[in-house]
Amino acid sequence: MTTDEATLTSARARPALWRDAKIRGIAYQVVFVAAVAGFIALIVHNAIANIGRQNIATGFGFLHREAAFGIGESLIEYSPADTYARALLVGLTNTLHVAALGIVLATILGTLMGLARLSSNWLVAKLARVYVEIFRNIPLALQLFFWWGLLDKMAPGPRQAWQILPDVFVSNRGIIYPVPLSNPAYKWVVAALGIGVVAAIGLHRWAKRCQAATGRQFPTGWVALALIIGLPAAVFLGFGAPARLDVPVLKGFNFSGGDAVSPEFAALLIGLVVYTGTFICEIVRAGILAVNWGQSEAAMALGLRSSQRMRLVVLPQALRVIVPPLTSQYLGLTKASSLAVIIGFPDLVSVANTTMNQTGQAIEGITVIMAVYLSLSLAISLAMNVYNRAVALVER
Amino acid sequence: MSDARTVPMIELQSVNKWYGEFQVLKNIDLQVGKGEKVVVCGPSGSGKSTMIRCINRLEEHQRGRIIVAGIELTSDLKNIEAIRREVGMVFQQFNLFPHLTVLQNLTLAPIWVRKLPKKEAEEAARYYLGRVRIPDQADKYPGQLSGGQQQRVAIARSLCMKPEIMLFDEPTSALDPEMIKEVLDVMIELANEGMTMVCVTHEMGFARTVADMMVFMDKGEIVERAAPKDFFAAPKNERTKAFLSQILAH
Amino acid sequence: MTDLTQGIPIAAQAPRPRWTGALAWLRANLFNGVTSTILTLLCAALIAAALPPVIRWALIDAIWSAPNGQACHGAGACWAFIGEKFRFILFGFFPAGETWRPIAAVVIFLAMIVAACDRRMWGRRLALVWVIGLFAVFALMRGGAFGLSTVETALWSGLPLTLVLAVVGMLVGFPFGVLLALGRRSRLPAVRAICVGYIELVRGVPVITMLFMASLMLPLFLPTGITIDKLVRAQVAFILFAGASLAEVVRGGLQAIPRGQIEAADALGLTYVQRTRLIVLPQALAMVIPALVNTFIGIFKDTALVIIISLFDLLTTAETALSDANWQGFYVEAYVFVGVIYWSFCFFMSRYSQLLEREFNRGRRR
Repeated sequence: MTTDEATLTSARARPALWRDAKIRGIAYQVVFVAAVAGFIALIVHNAIANIGRQNIATGFGFLHREAAFGIGESLIEYSPADTYARALLVGLTNTLHVAALGIVLATILGTLMGLARLSSNWLVAKLARVYVEIFRNIPLALQLFFWWGLLDKMAPGPRQAWQILPDVFVSNRGIIYPVPLSNPAYKWVVAALGIGVVAAIGLHRWAKRCQAATGRQFPTGWVALALIIGLPAAVFLGFGAPARLDVPVLKGFNFSGGDAVSPEFAALLIGLVVYTGTFICEIVRAGILAVNWGQSEAAMALGLRSSQRMRLVVLPQALRVIVPPLTSQYLGLTKASSLAVIIGFPDLVSVANTTMNQTGQAIEGITVIMAVYLSLSLAISLAMNVYNRAVALVER
Repeated sequence: MSDARTVPMIELQSVNKWYGEFQVLKNIDLQVGKGEKVVVCGPSGSGKSTMIRCINRLEEHQRGRIIVAGIELTSDLKNIEAIRREVGMVFQQFNLFPHLTVLQNLTLAPIWVRKLPKKEAEEAARYYLGRVRIPDQADKYPGQLSGGQQQRVAIARSLCMKPEIMLFDEPTSALDPEMIKEVLDVMIELANEGMTMVCVTHEMGFARTVADMMVFMDKGEIVERAAPKDFFAAPKNERTKAFLSQILAH
Repeated sequence: MTDLTQGIPIAAQAPRPRWTGALAWLRANLFNGVTSTILTLLCAALIAAALPPVIRWALIDAIWSAPNGQACHGAGACWAFIGEKFRFILFGFFPAGETWRPIAAVVIFLAMIVAACDRRMWGRRLALVWVIGLFAVFALMRGGAFGLSTVETALWSGLPLTLVLAVVGMLVGFPFGVLLALGRRSRLPAVRAICVGYIELVRGVPVITMLFMASLMLPLFLPTGITIDKLVRAQVAFILFAGASLAEVVRGGLQAIPRGQIEAADALGLTYVQRTRLIVLPQALAMVIPALVNTFIGIFKDTALVIIISLFDLLTTAETALSDANWQGFYVEAYVFVGVIYWSFCFFMSRYSQLLEREFNRGRRR
C-alpha cells in the first residue's frame, strides 16, 4: 500500500495492479476528471436543451447589433445607435476609471489612517480607530446607498445647492466644480513640468554620483520637489498668471460652466475609497508593526536619524509585508466597483446586465463579465508576482 | 579600579531606571577608561542589558548622569546622535538588515551618518570583512549566512563606523556552540588592538582572557567589581559565589 | 571631567520620578511637541464641529412619533419612520400574525452563534446544538408542521433571510472549501489543476457575477421542467463563493503544518485519509480559526448584494420601506438603523476573532 512497500516489491516482481501506488494515483485522477467532465457535460446538455426550448439566441453575434439604450456617462463617444460591443466598452472604461481613481485615493487615505493609528498622539490614534471600526463593519452596498441617498436623493436642486467649498457645489445634478479655462500659456506650463521632472531625475543621478565621489549627501528630495513644482509655477507667473477659472454659475434651473461628476460616480467613488481605506489602513499598520523592533534599534545604534531609519530600514522591509495584501485589496476594489449596478452607475456589470435583459443571452453576458474580471485579476496578480520575486528576501 | 587611567570614556553616575513600578537599575556607578575592557555578568533579569543599552540611549535612564566620550546623554538629540556615532553595538540577535546585502549593511551608516563617499565606504567595508574573516561574502544577503557569520558581519558593521567604544549585548547567546569560538576570536583580536569594550556575556573563558574588570550585577545593582583574577579566585559577595558556582559547574 | 560630578546630590535610594496624574498624561499623549499639539487641536476642532450637529439631529431635534411622513419632516431625525417600519425592515413580508416565528428564528441564530463563541463548547456538543438549531429555524420559518401554517420561502425576508444566507452559506461552504484546499495541495496533478482552476475562477470575479450566474444561468443548467426557488439559487451562489474563499484560508493552515508532522504520520503507517483527518486537518483548522471568522464576516456583509436579484434581505426591506409614498425621504434614518444592525454583528464577530488571535499567539509563543 505505502510507497516503501511498493518499491520493495517492485524490485522482485510487479505488485498486483490495484496495489501499485502509481496506478492507484492515476485511477483516482481518471475517476475525478471523469466525474467533473460528466457533470459539466450534463449541465451543457441541459443548457442546450433549455435554450433551444426557450428560443434564446446563442453566440456573440449580438455584440454587433445596435444597443438601443442610452448610457448616462461615458469617457468615450457613445450613442444608443452604437453596438452592444461599444456599450460594453463604455462600461469597461467606466469600471477602469472609477477603479483607478479609487485605488489611488484609497491608498492615500488608508496609508494616512494607518500611520495615524500608530501615532503617539492619543486623539489621532483613536479617531483613526473609530474610522476603521465604523466603515469596515458595514456592508459596502449599504454604504453606497447611503452616499447615493445623500448626494442624489437628499441633495437639493441646483437652486438651493450646498456650497461645500468656494465655487464647489453639491446638488442632485452631482458635484459641480470650477475648471481652468484653456489658455495658450498652459502648454508651456505643462512643458515646464516635463522639464522639471527630467531635471529632477538628472539631479538624483548626479547626487548619487556626487555622493559616491565626495560623500556629501545632497538634499535631493526638496530640490526635486522645488524643480517639479517651482518650474511650472515660474512659467505660469511669467505669463502673468493667466488664471481664469470656468466658474460654475447658476443660470435658470441649472449650473452652467465648470465641470461636474454625477452623484452616482461620486457615491461609488466615495464608498469604495472609504470602505477599502479601512482595510488598507490595517494592512499598513500591520506591515510597519511587523518589522522587528531590533531592526530599528540596530539602526539607532548606528546613529541613523529617525527619518533615515524609516526610509532606509523600516519601510523597505514593511513594504514586503504590505504589498501582497495591498494588491488583493486593489483587486477587491476593482471587483467591488461592480456594485455600481445597485446605484445605477453604468459600469461594465451594469451595462452587461442591461444587455442580458434585452437580449436574454445570460450565458454570453456573464462570460463577458467573467472574462474581463479574470483578465484584470490575472494582470494584477502577474504584476504582483514579478514584484514579489524582485523584493523577496534572499534566504537559503 | 580604573582610577589609574586618565581618560574615562564611559562614566555612569548613580543611574536609576524604572519600568513602571519596577526598578531595573539602582544607583549604578561605573567608569570605563580608554582602552579598558569590562565584562558584565549576572543572572537574567539583573539589568545588565538595560545598563549597556542606556549607554547609547536605546533605553532612557531616569535619574543620574551618563557621560560618554565627554558628551553627556540628555534628551538633546544632537548629543544622542554624537554618542551613537562613537559607540558601536552588537546585539544578541545580530539585527542585520535582511533586505540589504552584507556590503550594503556595512556601508549604510558610513554613507548616511559619516557622509563617506560610497567608494571609500565600500573599501573600508571590505577591509573589515577581511578582518572578521569573511572577505568573500560581501554580495550575499544575511539570510544566506550562518549565525556565526552573521554575528561577525554585525561586528564589522559596527567597526565600519570607526567607533571609540564597542558594546556587546550577549553576542554569542543566540549562536550554536561550534560558532561561538569564531565570534569570540574576533572579539579577542579587537580587544588586543586596544578598543574600549563593554561586554555582557557569560563566556567566562573570554572574560579571563581579555577583561580588565569584571562587573557582577544582580537585581538591578552592581554587587561586585574586581579584576578577573580576584573575581574568579575569590569572589567576595555570596550572590557572586552562587552565580559563579552555577555558571562554572558544567 | 571630574568637575561634572561636583554639586550633584545623590540620594542613596533615589525616589522614582512620578509622571502620573492627568496633566502628565495629557502632556505625553496629546501635547508632545509642536506637531502633536497641532494635530490634537485639529482633531478637537473636527470633533467640536461634527459632534454637536449630529447629536442635535439624532436626539435633540429628533421626532419620535408622527402620524405620517409629512408631519415628520423637521430639523432632526424622524425616528417615527423607524417606529412605523421596523417590523417590515426586520421581517419583511412574513405574515404579520406570525411575527413571533421569525423573532424566534433570529433568537435561535443568536444563541447558536453565542454558543459557537464559547470555546468550551467546541466539539460534538456544538455540532448537535447547531443541527437542532438549524432544524428549529427551518421548522419555524417554513411551517407546515407542528400546527404552524406554511410560509413560502418567497415571503422570508429581512434579518432572518440575511442570517440564513450567511450561516448556511458558511456551513455548507466549509466542508466544500476544505475539500478544495486538500485538492489544491494534492500530489495528483489533475485533481490539483481542477481545484486551482475552480478557486481562481470564483475568486477572480465579483460576487455579483456569482449571483447573476445563480439567478440567470442556474435555471438553464437544470433538466427541463425542474425549477428551483430564488432563495435556493442565491444560497447556491453563496455556497460556491464561500467554498472558494474558505479554501484559500484553509490552504494557509495546511501550508503552515511542518513537514515533520506528515512524515511522523506516514512513519506510523497511517493512510492518507487517516493522516488528513487525525493529524493534518485538526492542526491546520485550529490555526486558521480567526481567519475563518473574518471570512464569515465577509460573507455576512456580502449577503447585502442579494438586492440585485430582488431577494428581500435586510437591506432590500429597508430600501422597500423607503419607497412608501406616505413616508418619503428618510434615507439617513433607514440606513442608520440597518447599518447599526449590520455593524453590531460584524463588530462583535471581529472583536471575537481578534481575541482568538491573541490567545492563539500567546499559546504558540509559550
